[in-house]
Amino acid sequence: MTTTETEPDQEEAQEERPIGFGRLLRKEDPRLIRGMGQFVDDISLPGMLHMAILRSPVAHARIVSIDKSAAEAHPNVVAVITGEDLAAQGLAWMPTLSNDVQAVLATDKVRFQHQEVAFVVATDRYSARDALELIEVDYDWLEPLVDVRAALDEDAPIIRDDLDNKADNHIFDWETGDEAATNEVFERADVVVSEEIVYPRVHPAPMETCGCVADVERVSGQVTLWCTTQAPHAHRTVYALVAGLPEHKIRVIAPDIGGGFGNKVPIYPGYVCAIVASLVIGKPVKWMEDRTENLLSTGFARDYVMKADIAATKEGQILAIRTNVLADHGAFNGVAAPVKYPAGFFGVFTGSYDLEAAHAKMTAVYTNKAPGGVAYACSFRITEAVYLVERIVDCLAYELDMDPAELRLKNFIKPEQFPYETKTGWVYDSGNYEPAMRKAMDMAGYAELRREQAERRARGELMGIGVAFFTEAVGAGPRKDMDILGLGMADGCELRIHPTGKAVVRLSVKTQGQGHETTFAQIVAEEIGIPPEDIEVVHGDTDNTPFGLGTYGSRSTPVSGAAAAMVTRKVRDKAQIIASGMLEVSVADLEWNKGSFSVKGDPSKSVTIQEIAMRAHGAGDLPDGIEGGLEAQICYNPENLTYPFGAYICVVDVDPGTAVVKVRRFIAVDDCGTQINPMIIEGQVHGGLADGVGMAMMEIIAFDEDGNCMSSSLMDYLIPTALETPDWETGHTVTPSPHHPIGAKGIGESATVGSPPAIVNAIVDALKPYGIRHADMPLTPSRVWEAMQGNHTPPI
Amino acid sequence: MQVPAPIEYERATSVEHAVALRSELGDEARFIAGGHSLLPMMKLRLANPTHLIDINDLKELFYIREADSEVRIGAMARHRDLLDSELLARHFPIFRDAERVIADPTVRNRGTLGGSLCQADPSEDLSAVCTALDASCVITSSDGQRVVPMHAFHVGPYETAVANNEMLTEIRIPLRPGGGSAYQKVERRAGDWAVVSAGAAVWMDAGTIVDGRVGLAAVGPDTTSIQPVAEALAGAAPTEDLYQRVGEIAASNCSPETDGRGTAAYKTHLVAELTRRALRTAVARAQRQEV
Repeated sequence: MTTTETEPDQEEAQEERPIGFGRLLRKEDPRLIRGMGQFVDDISLPGMLHMAILRSPVAHARIVSIDKSAAEAHPNVVAVITGEDLAAQGLAWMPTLSNDVQAVLATDKVRFQHQEVAFVVATDRYSARDALELIEVDYDWLEPLVDVRAALDEDAPIIRDDLDNKADNHIFDWETGDEAATNEVFERADVVVSEEIVYPRVHPAPMETCGCVADVERVSGQVTLWCTTQAPHAHRTVYALVAGLPEHKIRVIAPDIGGGFGNKVPIYPGYVCAIVASLVIGKPVKWMEDRTENLLSTGFARDYVMKADIAATKEGQILAIRTNVLADHGAFNGVAAPVKYPAGFFGVFTGSYDLEAAHAKMTAVYTNKAPGGVAYACSFRITEAVYLVERIVDCLAYELDMDPAELRLKNFIKPEQFPYETKTGWVYDSGNYEPAMRKAMDMAGYAELRREQAERRARGELMGIGVAFFTEAVGAGPRKDMDILGLGMADGCELRIHPTGKAVVRLSVKTQGQGHETTFAQIVAEEIGIPPEDIEVVHGDTDNTPFGLGTYGSRSTPVSGAAAAMVTRKVRDKAQIIASGMLEVSVADLEWNKGSFSVKGDPSKSVTIQEIAMRAHGAGDLPDGIEGGLEAQICYNPENLTYPFGAYICVVDVDPGTAVVKVRRFIAVDDCGTQINPMIIEGQVHGGLADGVGMAMMEIIAFDEDGNCMSSSLMDYLIPTALETPDWETGHTVTPSPHHPIGAKGIGESATVGSPPAIVNAIVDALKPYGIRHADMPLTPSRVWEAMQGNHTPPI
Repeated sequence: MQVPAPIEYERATSVEHAVALRSELGDEARFIAGGHSLLPMMKLRLANPTHLIDINDLKELFYIREADSEVRIGAMARHRDLLDSELLARHFPIFRDAERVIADPTVRNRGTLGGSLCQADPSEDLSAVCTALDASCVITSSDGQRVVPMHAFHVGPYETAVANNEMLTEIRIPLRPGGGSAYQKVERRAGDWAVVSAGAAVWMDAGTIVDGRVGLAAVGPDTTSIQPVAEALAGAAPTEDLYQRVGEIAASNCSPETDGRGTAAYKTHLVAELTRRALRTAVARAQRQEV
């Protein structure tokens, strides 16, 4: 059941303070706006030392020797540690999130530019940095492998000679769907369109870089780590497994986090080095990477070269899609994805369309580039999958000379087909695509825009209208299918109602800006009728929160949000029993009116949740068998993923003389099921759309032929500003998830997933008079102009 | 956080003091004005001066004024002042055109004209502006002052005519009748360095261009002023054919390189396109001045 609503008047809506769902200013904003947030770099402990990491200047080289004597002689330096030192303790290598290993500090050779080689601990940050220049490393230069397309060539340099019998750069092959059935459909199709579509390497580039403060107490062996992590519990268990320590000897605290986007999912060598340093020296050690380190060494995103084919009838019925992907995973396979999903959730590349067949093949390879492949709001590779399908559908529209919106409308999965199992085995929980598409078209004035475009084209002006429709798969995930390093992807949640009726809810997930402290208070409020301001949300500290896998892949609301609702219902059930005692009626005779129980048929006889809370902790009798207190804990195991969707329309103008693209309008209609806080949802969408402008038009982590990274600062790695982004026009439809307790689906990554194809489709549409069917991101003025000259080349 | 190497700091109280400090502290001392080029380079340790001489107290260098048929601008005039100046906007609208697209408000609040010219980055906008306007630079030392025209001020990329015992103190722009000027820039994103910029200035009399100049940024080391352009413009009637021809001359006199901002072919194309656009606007503005 889908409801299509018009947006409420925002000013007016904020006047009310909802007890439950609705627009509500964020509880975390007063401290963040006033500069009173507490980030990792704000942590300062008595006697704390500072660490800096020496990194490789080259992409591929054997380490001949390291002379650290001059650095050790620096008056403020406490310790200089190399890979050899770590190897002596068996700590030179660590596991990645994909069952590969990654060097903590290089011992044998360096495998990407800026790889960690040694670290210095000093009494201050400046001295630590100064001393790096005193370490002399003798490198024996090796030929780097930069071109992913050459990774499996016979004569390609072998990067991972640390692995037994490794004689090539191959990581894995993966496939999904039915190849024979798909090929059969292609053979009988009227129309087949093929295109190579590249999603270049980009970087999450959070405003706050990564870092930590490690404090190892020598006597008790207690490790405390303040860390920029999106997944404190998962990190703690990985440290416990690697170090052989019990979890209760390790406390991971994620304080305020200045943006994550997946960049803060992995465990980086720097964290391990800081822990080792604190252990060796016996003092707290802080490490905060600088911007260059963040851009050059931490988890990147994308880097897929995708060959795509689409088969259709000449009337525009899409029959099948197949793709062959070459994935660049860098020097170590550090992809963060559930173990059974080495290509993440790329299998949803069939998009929002009802196909007869689909098939994907993928080969992942090592190159001399930074490891990772985490995210950037990717929902586990859905960004790439959606870009692929939405681009190739537009290529089909071009060849059929059909309107791209009409082509999509013709092929959507129909509402009555849900739950819908795709040809690659994904079960979409709910969806109603046409109303969302129609709403976006209405908001855009689609027909009028096409008329305007025709007029402008006649005058030689370049205007483009881009359409994209996406289906996301978020909320990993059902523990029978999904785990990371053996840890199931279910989330705990704990709720405690105090005697005065105030509450504290403890989450396993961790906000990096998404507004958990507000949203989760609203979920609890909706279920138990306590105002959100009376509900404290505790998160980010493994010592006082239940276990769970953390915040990424838009999983907080689908998984922990469900956990919060369910734990509140458990508390409410107990409250109902206590209320029955207080009102001297049977439980069945009570009805719930958000915040109070009353006797059916006699509303004057009622007790509020606050009165019940006092009774639960008070001196009076409780019903037989009921313990005092009003609290509960659960662990929620999602039954399925949730499948948010949306319709995006982008309008661009291209200056024919300079090839400069101006995004004139952007219309985003999102459906994330039940909305908890529409204001926060809009904020998430706005951020994701800006991300999309960045990726479509300017962002790329580029390398030269020697493997030098060309994107080492925010002067070279561009992120859009308010001047590149239009006023976002947002709207929504509501199609609740049938299996989620409150019907919510997750919104964190929808806009990042959906906006790049809309923008690229718009730019390519603007260039139609030049006979252009496809051009790869980033569509900088130069790349647009080269495309107009017929010189389009892939960016990698 | 990126941190610079160890550094000593001095705060100059007058131009005389600043120049004396500069002589005394040796070759590796640097003046710091707005610091928006120098500090990032220091944090990246691309620049490692031994001393910084802070000249932000030199209030005597903060002016923009008209004198002796010139507009004289103190080296410490900040981008923000250049953007806001009605005097400059009236005589040399190219300044406001350029300042609108230089960096962002935060940088413009601190960065200075003198600092921009002394950085001598080939991608820097104000060098192209000053060249188009036929500006000259006043360089001060303990021995007195010398005046150097723009084309002699920039010795090469990141190199100027200012010696180690000297300081750039003033920029002078001649006021001539019938002038018009304009600036065009293509950037990948607001605040980015130019992919290509073109500044044009013309001086007109009775519907004819008496004199005209074009300055380019980001397309090679010696493109701030192009002599064949000046020759083509002198005495010419302002027509689309002329702009076309001058654009082509400019394009054939630059030497851009392919990099992350664009291909050499694109940049060459932009030089022609932006030169045409800048000239067209400059002429229109000059014609309004004439009336």
